[in-house]
Amino acid sequence: MGRYVIRRLLQMIPVFFGATLLIFLMVNVMGDPIAGLCGDRACDPATAARLRQEFGLDKPVWQQYLTYMGNVFTGDFGTAFNGQPVTELMANAFPVTIRLTLVAILFEIVIGISLGVVTGLKRGRPVDTTVLLLTLVVLSVPTFVTGLLVQLLLGVKWGWIDPAVSPAATFDELIVPGLVLASVSLAYVTRLTRTSIAENKRADYVRTAIAKGLPRRRVVSRHLLRNSLIPVVTFIGADVGALMGGAIVTERIFNIHGVGYQLYQGIVRQNTQTVVGFVTILVLIFLLANLLVDLLYAVLDPRIRYA
Amino acid sequence: MPEPLEPLEEGRSIAATGAGGATDLAMAEAETLEQTPDGPRGTGPDSKPRSLWSDAWHDLRRNPIFIVSGLIILFLVVIAIWPSLIASGDPLDCDLSKAQEGSQPGHPFGFNGQGCDVYTRTVYGARASIQVGVFATLGVTLLGAVLGGLAGFFGGTWDGILSRITDIFFAIPVVLGGLVLLSVVSNNTVWPVIGFMVLLGWPQLSRIARGSVITAKQNDYVQAARALGASNSRMLLRHITPNALAPVIVVATIALGTYIALEATLSFLGVGLKPPTVSWGIDISSASPYIRNAPHMLLWPSGALAITVLAFIMLGDAVRDALDPKLR
Repeated sequence: MGRYVIRRLLQMIPVFFGATLLIFLMVNVMGDPIAGLCGDRACDPATAARLRQEFGLDKPVWQQYLTYMGNVFTGDFGTAFNGQPVTELMANAFPVTIRLTLVAILFEIVIGISLGVVTGLKRGRPVDTTVLLLTLVVLSVPTFVTGLLVQLLLGVKWGWIDPAVSPAATFDELIVPGLVLASVSLAYVTRLTRTSIAENKRADYVRTAIAKGLPRRRVVSRHLLRNSLIPVVTFIGADVGALMGGAIVTERIFNIHGVGYQLYQGIVRQNTQTVVGFVTILVLIFLLANLLVDLLYAVLDPRIRYA
Repeated sequence: MPEPLEPLEEGRSIAATGAGGATDLAMAEAETLEQTPDGPRGTGPDSKPRSLWSDAWHDLRRNPIFIVSGLIILFLVVIAIWPSLIASGDPLDCDLSKAQEGSQPGHPFGFNGQGCDVYTRTVYGARASIQVGVFATLGVTLLGAVLGGLAGFFGGTWDGILSRITDIFFAIPVVLGGLVLLSVVSNNTVWPVIGFMVLLGWPQLSRIARGSVITAKQNDYVQAARALGASNSRMLLRHITPNALAPVIVVATIALGTYIALEATLSFLGVGLKPPTVSWGIDISSASPYIRNAPHMLLWPSGALAITVLAFIMLGDAVRDALDPKLR
């Protein structure tokens, strides 16, 4: 187990550096970072040259990348366009987005898996068909449309929620945005669980469990569900990164000042350090979530052992 | 009959490492299998052996989901090419004095914030979506299938390098990559958006293609061809490609719908297509501040977008059911 974790952590290193280098190159392609510093006017050449030297932008890109990564490992993520250290922005933004993602994942697990189990067990019945059609509809409406419609109905027309979330972004304010963020994944979790349950329902171990007289509830929860969860857990684990990155859209609609908001500002103002810093952390979270998923396999399926 | 398709395992490995992105969802979905209600195969009067493809076509023609989604897509393609067939107006002909007005004779969907006819713009918006969906899918599939297929066939160093590269691409959330790369593009055609999707989308297809080529490669008839002295290119073209193609086609079809949704999302964020290109994403975005007073400006393009994505997802579902021999 320990050796497996170490091997996986080592494998992450090239992916981590590759992904950060890729985003670093993309940000450098995207434009002149100095232009963003002088606001809407063009910088005068002397100031531009001085700033360029100050930020090390006169050096080749690979050298800039190495310097940047060196700084990151000492905890220095640079400064944002408004002079604040990027780490300060992160300290404000990440807790908000992590809360939002937690709400979304909770919805995926609770609603997605329950619906999947119900439809998988009642395959072909009306309840199955209805839920399946519903998931198709949810899948085909992009998140930003769902968000706008929910905001219109719940926030503006019926007044159940505040259309915009306050800067504090407490858990109860994030319930509806979290549901919107989760919606597409929720539909996938439902469909994955349904397929997996329906497949395993006919397995020998389920028949054995029934034959030895276990109550139905125990057969479903202990035997059937546990064995059916592996693809679902895989999906949810990979989705952690997707949700945090995809929160840009949801955060924009509900005016939540989280990671997506800061990233959007960083991109609009062409601030390299904000964008690369946030993406670096997002890539790390994604890689760690995937490692966690692989370790969870052993818990779900005792046949899987990590040497 | 050789049936070397293994989309299940491959789908699983994709889901294991898939990062943010609409197409990942399609990949994960590729492993869900639906059961076709048809009875056992080869019992009808025409019980002569059929190839996988004619068998799949036989299935598809009887599947109502395929027929419905196929008709919707056919309609969308026709109006994408000749929008003037059903909309006589000009989508850029706007009259500010009519801004935000509701439905009236001759203008069933009302007017948008600039006073343009919403019906005409909704019809003309199909072109951008279909173009992005079709060309992005073609590009991603060609690039991904060729690179992934060759890596799977030859193995070795290149295969290792390609797998690491795909890992790297999976770690970057797609919407984020789009924001960064497209924020400086001022070109208002669909091509930068398509280029971006191909750039960030190919690793997903290459992983599918690699997996199915590796599966096909291990079949006896490929070993036999090798023993008989067939060249690499002959084995690849004659024996492996036809047998490794099905999972690639399934994933590509489902991905097409998600690319259309992604284009609208990027346009909504202001970095996808840019005016004067007519796009549902742009129209939804520009209608969103007026959602309180004039919801019709938002609902019509949103509905068109949802129906389009739905049609492609259903088509993908139907094709997967038909091509997956595990269900037979």
